[in-house]
Amino acid sequence: MTASEPNWQRRLLLALLLAPALLWLLLLIVLPHVDLALVSFRERVAPREYVTSLAQYQTFFTEPLYWQIFVRTAVVSAIATAITLLIAFPVAWTIAKIAKGRRAALLFLVCLIPFWVSETVRTLGWMILLRESGVLPSFLVKLGLVSAPPELLYHDATILVGLVYTSLLFMVVPLVNSLESLDNALIEAAYDLGAGGLTVLRTIVIPHAAPGITAGCIVVFMLTLGNYLTPNLLGGTSSQWFTEQIYNQFITRFNWEQGAAFGFLLLALSTTMVWVGLKASGQRFADVMQRS
Amino acid sequence: MIPSLPRPAWLRAANTIYIVAFLIFLFLPLLTVAAFAFNDAPYPAPPWHGFTLDWFFGDEASGRVGLFHDSELLDSILTSALVATWVTGLSVLVGTTNAFLMERARFPGRQALSVMMLVPLVIPGVILGISILAFASRLADFADTAFGLELEFLRPGLPLVVVGQFSYIAAIATLTISARLKRFDHTLEEAAFNLGASRTAVLWHITLPYLRPAMIGSAVIAFLMSFENFNTTLMLVGADTPLTILMYGRMRDGATPVLNAVSLFLMVASAALALSLMRRGRRSNP
Repeated sequence: MTASEPNWQRRLLLALLLAPALLWLLLLIVLPHVDLALVSFRERVAPREYVTSLAQYQTFFTEPLYWQIFVRTAVVSAIATAITLLIAFPVAWTIAKIAKGRRAALLFLVCLIPFWVSETVRTLGWMILLRESGVLPSFLVKLGLVSAPPELLYHDATILVGLVYTSLLFMVVPLVNSLESLDNALIEAAYDLGAGGLTVLRTIVIPHAAPGITAGCIVVFMLTLGNYLTPNLLGGTSSQWFTEQIYNQFITRFNWEQGAAFGFLLLALSTTMVWVGLKASGQRFADVMQRS
Repeated sequence: MIPSLPRPAWLRAANTIYIVAFLIFLFLPLLTVAAFAFNDAPYPAPPWHGFTLDWFFGDEASGRVGLFHDSELLDSILTSALVATWVTGLSVLVGTTNAFLMERARFPGRQALSVMMLVPLVIPGVILGISILAFASRLADFADTAFGLELEFLRPGLPLVVVGQFSYIAAIATLTISARLKRFDHTLEEAAFNLGASRTAVLWHITLPYLRPAMIGSAVIAFLMSFENFNTTLMLVGADTPLTILMYGRMRDGATPVLNAVSLFLMVASAALALSLMRRGRRSNP
């Protein structure tokens, strides 16, 4: 903004630019969440009659089913994040350090393409591959490994496969970005000084890639925790995912008070993990988000 | 280890095998979906019964309703496209004004606002959905009891789906467009001002053309994210079902290969969009 403009014009411009941002954040983010909090702290005592109470949160802690599903969702999400990191790291390393020029770019592109396709389509693919009448079970029978086609859907491992698959992109991209900025000379120097592969990884590569690793893990954990489609379709009735509980309370049972409390608990868990991840790696929220 | 250091042959072989296995893992589900769109059988399952185009062109008479005669599917594609168009327009517009706000304006609370703009990205989609649902219902109930107004657009339906998706896609558009505006060379604008151009002329002929690649890029991303959104949409959907919700319902009830056909259509469409975007990106950033 040039200084030559009259003050009122500058103020008007600022107001015009601020309006959409404030409308967006206030009407769609801040107020709805304040409202959700208010709903979660009330209890219906009679039709259309509510009192303020902690009943919804009490239900969560006294009903083992709910908090067990909550803990299960968190643990499975953490496992999925760890597996995603382990699978994605060698791929990111190959793209950033081993493959050269066009081949690296091509490999990166090929890794991105599946994620332009809807999660619904990818999940459909896994269902056709894994269900009892599906491709892999009948292939196993043909190989003579099993006598009857096994049901590969509806296991915890199936949910993990689906979650890891869906998350890979969000891990590969920040990892590649952070590994590309690592100077090869550092690795060569360490090697010349007699460091083995593992030592180089531990003392040079991982400290340098820590911001990328954190960014990837935060995003993957968060998306996994909030996923509905993959656990629901690949896990079936045994999936026991916390977002399903929220959906059941809100949409199926129309118990918004309970659903709002569940939503807040999930949000609290997600926010805590983001915060812990940032603290543990000493990073700022804005930097991490821009990186991913 | 990196190529400039001695790598044993087994390590190089292991690396190649790993990458090939990874790519198979990545593409197996997609190839399976595509292949079974052409299987001459009522269910998307092996064995292979031969090639058919029934799942694209079949109609009631042939007993197999293909994609182009499945009015429910076609309607849902149109619904999704309508929602995505709105979300894209709104997100790019607000993303652009936000970029100017954050990069050009100085005002108290700017730092806090820039962090606030990232918050929608760390809220799970399901929770964005229920919070907007609850808040909109409260407003609608209030309008009803206080003024006797029935505000239909605040009840579950497409307007709420648009708003719900916009609430976080706007954050992505803001990030993309701000990043480009940040790299803008101010001397270009100053030169234009010195040559006597008005503020509007500079904006129209210098700054916005410079931002165009980022605006187009975020438009494509916004359209795809909206088209593919599931979590937020699930909570806000009314009588008109977007494609992902319809597909989800059919996948739970046992799908026919018509879903494979529509999936293949989606794959081709999104791959074409992605590739054209990348080409464009390469041309504008040599």
